[in-house]
Amino acid sequence: MQNPDEKPLRSFGFHTRSVHAGARPEPNTGARAVPIFQTTSYVFEDPESAAAYFNLQEYGNTYSRIMNPTVAAFEERVGNLEGAIGAVAFASGLAAQSAAFFTLLNPGDHVVASAALYGGTVTQLKHLFRKMSVGLTFVDPDAPENWKAALTDETKLLFAETIGNPGGNVLDIEPVAAIAHGHDIPLVVDNTFATPYLCRPIDWGADIVVHSATKFLGGHGTSIGGVVADSGEFDWSNGRFPVIADPSPAYHGLAFHQTFGGYGYLMKLRAETLRDLGGAMSPFNAFLFMQGVETLPLRMERHVANAVTLAEWLRDRSEVTAVRYPGLDDSPYSSLTKKYLPKGAGAVFCFDLAAGRQAGQEFIRAVELFSHLANVGDAKSLIIHPASTTHRQLDEEELAAAGIGPGTIRLSVGIEDVDDLIWDLEEAFARIA
Amino acid sequence: MRVSPEHQDPETIQRILHQARTVAIVGLSPNELRASNFVGFYADRHGYEVIPVNPREDEIMGFKSYPSLADIPGTVDVVDVFRDPGAAVEVALQAVAINARALWLQFGVISDEAAEIAKAGGLDVVMDRCFKIEHARYIGRMHWLGFNTRVITGRRPGHLL
Ligand SMILES: Cc1ncc(COP(=O)(O)O)c(C=O)c1O
Repeated sequence: MQNPDEKPLRSFGFHTRSVHAGARPEPNTGARAVPIFQTTSYVFEDPESAAAYFNLQEYGNTYSRIMNPTVAAFEERVGNLEGAIGAVAFASGLAAQSAAFFTLLNPGDHVVASAALYGGTVTQLKHLFRKMSVGLTFVDPDAPENWKAALTDETKLLFAETIGNPGGNVLDIEPVAAIAHGHDIPLVVDNTFATPYLCRPIDWGADIVVHSATKFLGGHGTSIGGVVADSGEFDWSNGRFPVIADPSPAYHGLAFHQTFGGYGYLMKLRAETLRDLGGAMSPFNAFLFMQGVETLPLRMERHVANAVTLAEWLRDRSEVTAVRYPGLDDSPYSSLTKKYLPKGAGAVFCFDLAAGRQAGQEFIRAVELFSHLANVGDAKSLIIHPASTTHRQLDEEELAAAGIGPGTIRLSVGIEDVDDLIWDLEEAFARIA
Repeated sequence: MRVSPEHQDPETIQRILHQARTVAIVGLSPNELRASNFVGFYADRHGYEVIPVNPREDEIMGFKSYPSLADIPGTVDVVDVFRDPGAAVEVALQAVAINARALWLQFGVISDEAAEIAKAGGLDVVMDRCFKIEHARYIGRMHWLGFNTRVITGRRPGHLL
């Protein structure tokens, strides 16, 4: 059947796609790097084209709050790496999440979420959903039956992180996705800590994947951004999602799922939610994120190798009572790590100091190379005391659910020489002794 | 329902899009909000000759509408189907009878029987794919909305898009 004039398409590997996906040479200039299209808007060819773009009858650029060619290159790249049908980028990870939820939910709906989430996400879910009149139940994510027990007739999605921040809970994606699908609802997964290099949740049944691109995708701590990718497989016309399937009052009666099929959710996410809530990614940030993603596989390999070495080293220290890295073979998540994260369990993990809160703060004061700041996923090694910073808004019970104690320290292991990182921690232990 | 990869083959799709001139759209709706109308509008805009097949209308988008494929006077390259899966078999038989070159079944129009009939009649078959989206994928515009075109190339496109 093959036409001899055409080169057969190939299933390109992950490294190749990290460098190429979404970035064809620019046709007008031949520029090989994706240009930064620093423009708010786009000149229409003629009035008919303008109308066609606004009606979504034709794919075309109109206004950079809704789409931008530099941002599109980043979106396609992430969508490609996640094995998704496409992606929509946002100004931050939290903007991406809130837009993903906002598109799916109506007042009266209900969401079941993992209790072991990034603290900012816990806060977002609680406050955003209260204002949207959406019910919310947090569950211990580790046992799939907990998810099932929390379902109600109104439940419209399940939400969890591939690797929980900072407890390191590895999500058993397959059974949780099966529970979601048994209830005719999607599983939404935050894949920030794993990145598509270590795990592709869609391969295991997840429907929608969100990212804080701020972390490992960007990889250099330069820019805030987020992205939502969709498998395109969920049947929004199953009767439970009139919000996607019915003619939309916000888009002159367009029925997004019927008209765009598997692309309907992303079309609605862009053409309505991004248009209306407005949290667009800037083209300059998209450019930096794309630079980051080009080296994602290389960096992740080094991040993981350094994290394993540090975790094993810390496990043997007398000052440390526990190291919660799912990549350790004595981790309770070890079998889930082998299944879902065979290339490694990321590079963010916590350990507990026997001496508690005071020692935790002293330790942070004592390190030299590790930077004390509220971020993860930088090429540079980072350290923080979650109970007094990132997870400060959580009460005792929520802290425990997220796996955070008073003496818990979170590391984001960078790509430096691992001997230098060990030297730094060793010196810090000596200084607080 | 899973569709055989044979019926979503990228090379077949590109060849059909490249070689086709006339596209008969079975079930083309005059309603501008329907998917079929989106595809008809798009195909016309991109230079294909659109032939509506809809017994309830005389004219759609300014083109004469025919009650069935058999009523179309000229040749038809692609028969693009927006009907219930149950109606696909009859359309496939007609598509073979008029010597169309390809049977294209849109999103949700999944019928292995229709595909077998068309294939046996020498037609290329595409199933559960959208004509508009596939065209936009390969000419590059779909990329502008962040969709995964799966196109990977280091070559500069030879023509302006
Ligand atoms: C797992 C996870 N998800 C989401 C976010 C939020 O991302 P952003 O800060 O880009 O809004 C973070 C940020 O720390 C995170 O760690």
